[in-house]
Amino acid sequence: MLSGAREACNTLPRFDDSEGRQMTDDAHKRWARNSKTMGNHMFSRTSTKSRRGQSATAKEILWQAILLIAIAGLVGGALWNASGSLAEQGVASGFGFLGHTAGFDVSQSLIPFSAVSTYGRAFLVGLLNTVEVTVIAIPLATILGFIIGISRRSSNWLLNRVAAAYVEVFRNTPLLLQLLFWYNAVLAALPAKALESLHLGNIIYLNRRGLALPQPVVQDFGGAWLLVAAAIAGLFILTARLAPLWRARTGHFFPHRSANLLILFSLPMAFCLAIYLTTGRSPILFNIPVMGRFSVDGGWQLLPELVALLIGLIFYTASSIAEVVRSGLAAVPKGQYEAARSLHLPPGKIMREVILPQAIRVIIPPLTNQYLNLLKNSSLAVAIGYPDLVQIFAGTVLNQTGQAVEIVFMTMAVYLTISLLTALGMNVYNRRIATVEN
Amino acid sequence: MKVRIYSAALAALTMAITPNWGSAHESSTLAKVRARGELICGVGTGLAGFALPDSDGNWQGLDTDYCRALAAAAIGDARKVKFVPLTAKDRFAAIQAGQVDVLARTTTWTLSRDTANGLDFRAVDFYDGQGFLVRADSGLTSAAELDGASICLTQGSTAELNTSDYFRAKGMKYKPVTFATSSETVKAYESGRCDSYSNDSSALYGERRRMAEPDKHVVLPEIVSREPLAIGVLQGDSQWSDLTAWLHFALLIAEDNGITRDNVETYLTSENPEIRRLLGVEGNVGELLGVNKDWALRAIRAVGNYGEMYDRNLGSGSPLKIPRGLNALWSKGGLQYAPPLR
Repeated sequence: MLSGAREACNTLPRFDDSEGRQMTDDAHKRWARNSKTMGNHMFSRTSTKSRRGQSATAKEILWQAILLIAIAGLVGGALWNASGSLAEQGVASGFGFLGHTAGFDVSQSLIPFSAVSTYGRAFLVGLLNTVEVTVIAIPLATILGFIIGISRRSSNWLLNRVAAAYVEVFRNTPLLLQLLFWYNAVLAALPAKALESLHLGNIIYLNRRGLALPQPVVQDFGGAWLLVAAAIAGLFILTARLAPLWRARTGHFFPHRSANLLILFSLPMAFCLAIYLTTGRSPILFNIPVMGRFSVDGGWQLLPELVALLIGLIFYTASSIAEVVRSGLAAVPKGQYEAARSLHLPPGKIMREVILPQAIRVIIPPLTNQYLNLLKNSSLAVAIGYPDLVQIFAGTVLNQTGQAVEIVFMTMAVYLTISLLTALGMNVYNRRIATVEN
Repeated sequence: MKVRIYSAALAALTMAITPNWGSAHESSTLAKVRARGELICGVGTGLAGFALPDSDGNWQGLDTDYCRALAAAAIGDARKVKFVPLTAKDRFAAIQAGQVDVLARTTTWTLSRDTANGLDFRAVDFYDGQGFLVRADSGLTSAAELDGASICLTQGSTAELNTSDYFRAKGMKYKPVTFATSSETVKAYESGRCDSYSNDSSALYGERRRMAEPDKHVVLPEIVSREPLAIGVLQGDSQWSDLTAWLHFALLIAEDNGITRDNVETYLTSENPEIRRLLGVEGNVGELLGVNKDWALRAIRAVGNYGEMYDRNLGSGSPLKIPRGLNALWSKGGLQYAPPLR
C-alpha cells in the first residue's frame, strides 16, 4: 500500500528530472533522484500488472459494494431499532438536550461555565479538558521516553539499569493503580489545611487542594503585542534567509538556534521595558494567590487531579515510548555507529545526527500508537475526579439526561476523531521522513 | 472509569440490538421474572443501611430487603434474587436496557427521571434530604457558612444539582470535586481534598460510620433538598409497577396492624377484613396483581413489615440510629401512607 502511494508520487518528479538542473550539484539529491527513477520502473511494472487483472478489479469492487451495503444496513437497522425501543419505553431521544440548562458546576474549565450553561457547553468543557491533558502530556512523555530509551542503550551501567528498572515498573503495573497512587498516596503527604500550606514567599502555595501560582495577566496596549509577535516572526524569516549567505561568506554554520532563542526572549523583554519607561505601567500584572477562608484563592490554580493525571499519564506512556525508542535504536545497523565513530564524531553528535535520524523512521509508527493510547487512557481521569470528557459528559450529563445512546455515541466520535487526526498528522510526518527506496 | 463507560456503552449497544417488536406487551416484566425464576435487582455499590454486603457476603440494607420481599411476592422465594451493584451513573442505562428488573438504589424521584429517563416511581421507601458533612474542627455550624468551600460530590447524583441550586440561591460560591463512586468521593473528603461532603443525609450518617474517626465529623443541621428515594421500574409496564407499589403498601399495612415476621402466622386466623385480604385468606388481591394469593404473606415472612426493615437497617436496631422522622407511618405523624387494600 505504502510503496504504491510512493510510486504514485514519483510520477511527478520525473518531469523535474528532465528539466531541472539545480539538483545535479548535490550528492544527496542525486541519490534521491536515482531512487526515484528506480521507483518509476517499479511503477510502470505494477501498472501493466493491474491492467492485466482488470476483470478481477470489477469483481472486487462488486464485493466491496456488497459489503458496504451490508454494513450500512446493519448500522441503519441498529439505529432504527434503538430509536424504536427508546420511543416505546418513553425514553427521550435526539440531540435536543444539548441546548438544555446543565444545572451543575465543574471544577476546572478553559471556557466560562456555570450552572446556567447548557449541556452542549458542558460537552465543550469536557472536550477541552481532555485535549488540554493530551496536549500537555504528549510532548513531555515523548521527551522523557526518548531520554529513558536512549539511556537503556547507554554503556553506563548505572544509567542503563535505572532506565531498565523504570521501564519495568511503569510498564508492568496498571495505569489505574498508578493514577490512584499519585492521587492518593502522594497527595496525602501534603498539608491538608490551607494555613499550613507549603509556600514560597507567600506567592506560591502547595497543599492538598493543589498548587497555586501567580497568574500573569497581560495588559492590553491596543495591538502592541501583535506588533511584537509580527516582529519576532519577521526576524525568524530573516535569519532563515541570512543563514545560507552567512555560510557562503564565512564557511561556518549560522548559529540558528541561539539566534532564534535570543530573538524570542529579548524582543518581548525590550518591549516590556519600553512600555514601563514610557507609560510607567507594567505591561504584565500578576494575580497573586491569597489565603482565603477555606483555601488559597486566586492566582493560577493547578488542581491536584490534573497534576496526578498528568504525572500518571506521562510516566506510564514514557515507559512504553522508551521501549519503542530502544527498539528503533537497535534497528540501526551497527556499522553506522562504527562508521560514525571512525570519523571521530563525538558521541552526542553520533546519536543526534547519525543514529536518531535513521531510528526515527522505525520509531514513528509505534510512537503514534502510544500517542493514541495516551489519549484514550486519559479517560481514566474519572477515577481521580478530573473533569475530562468522560467524567463530565459520559458521566454527569449522561446521568442527568439519561440519553445513553446519544452521549456514548458523541463521546466515542470525539475520541475517534482526535485519534484519527493524531494518526493523520503522524502519518504525514512519517511519509516526509521516510527513506525513499524501492 | 473505563469499566463504567464500557458498561454504559454496552447498555447503549444492547438497546441498539435488542429487537423491539412488541416485546413490552407480549412478555411483561412479571412474566419474565417468573419464567426466569429469579429477580434481578439493581442496588447500590455499597452504602450502609441501604445495600452493603456483610462479612459473609450477604447483602444487607433497606433496598436489598425490599428486593427480597419483591422476589417473595413475585416468585414465592425471597432467596431468588440476583443483586447487581450499579453506580449512580450507570443505573438508568441498566434499567432502560433491561439488565435489571427493578431499581432499588436510593434513587431520588424527580420529574426528569420520571419522564425523559423512561422510569416510573410508585413507592417511596425512604424520605430523605440532602445535607453536608464537615470536619468537627472546622468550626462550621451552618451550611450558610460554606461560601468558597470545596465540596466533594458523587457524579450523577441529585446532590450535584442540589448543591449547585443551593449555592446559586444563596448567592454563594463553591468548588465542586466530583468522583464516579461514593467510596472515591468519601476517600477524597477524608483525605482533606474538600471542606465538605454532600449527599443524602442518611448516606452521610452511613458513610461517617465507615470513616477512620467518625467522631471528627459532623452533619450540619440544614437539609437543603427533598429526596424521596423511590423504587424505579421501566415505564409502560403498569402490572409490574403496580406490584412494586403495592408490595411497599402491604408492608406498611402490616406494620400498622402489628403484623411482624415472627407473628404473621397467627394473623392467618384474624377476623380483621383488611388483614384477611392482605394475607390472601379472602378476596383476590393477588390475582389482581398477577401473583399468588399468599404474595404478601411470603414477603412479610421473609423480611418483616416496613418498620422491622427500617429498624434493622437504619433505625434503632442498626449502628446508624437514624430516627424515623418523615418515614414514620401516617398514623404516627410521618409520610409513609398506604391506600386502601381492597
